[in-house]
Amino acid sequence: MALSRKVGFFQGLKYKGGGPMIAWMLHRITGIGILVVVGLHVISSFVMQQIGSDWATSLNIIYEADLFQILVAFFVIFHALNGARIALLDLWPKFQVYQREALWLQLFILLPVYGLTVYFLVQRTLAGS
Amino acid sequence: MSTRTVQPGFSFEYSMWIFTRISGLGLVLLATLGMTSALIMGARTQMDLPTLMRWTFFPNPNHVINSNIPGVELGWQNAFWQTMQMLIFFFAATHAFNGLRVVIEDFTGYTFVRPILRGLVFLLWLFALIVAMYVILAN
Repeated sequence: MALSRKVGFFQGLKYKGGGPMIAWMLHRITGIGILVVVGLHVISSFVMQQIGSDWATSLNIIYEADLFQILVAFFVIFHALNGARIALLDLWPKFQVYQREALWLQLFILLPVYGLTVYFLVQRTLAGS
Repeated sequence: MSTRTVQPGFSFEYSMWIFTRISGLGLVLLATLGMTSALIMGARTQMDLPTLMRWTFFPNPNHVINSNIPGVELGWQNAFWQTMQMLIFFFAATHAFNGLRVVIEDFTGYTFVRPILRGLVFLLWLFALIVAMYVILAN
């Protein structure tokens, strides 16, 4: 049976799920985002190579822009780390009681990994290579 | 109080639930393997960052060669890396399209639209797999 959902978007935002809820939402958003980005990358590269059309080139220019790459890096790293947390806790359910600690651990891994990625991305642009 | 164990039936949803977790961990491992191997094989002096990322997520010479690296076919175009490409693509595509299906089916009711969308996602998945096999094996 389908759940009857009579909850609007803004009403749903009021639900106080805390960290795990935000992680769940971000996992969905980043997952769909990665699918869209990778799909566009494949299609635009294919069209650029085979047909050489202008819109594919401009799509690739957007895709390779630093601001976009910083966003994509966040999507990939967050999705990977959050997914690893979910998978590990699901495979060893004994540790489910430490959910919130796992979320904090994930954040503490995310910050340096993502920070270093952004640092190298920006540094590469400033170096002009 | 006695504990009761419930054995879940082995349904499509259950097997995809397990597959999502296994393939997710597998993708992290495969990406780590790809990036580490590329660095061992000299990526640090031969590749720039985007090329290393291309190698990490889809280790295909044709994919990496777009960045004009000389001699990329020499050490890396072999059956091992072709297997790695197939694994990483199969895991990623199945994980992704199953995730898309889950999100879609969370927002659609049990109407005639549901099987149509499910079939569409299945066709997209099949198309992506066939194209990827061609790209991997063609070079």
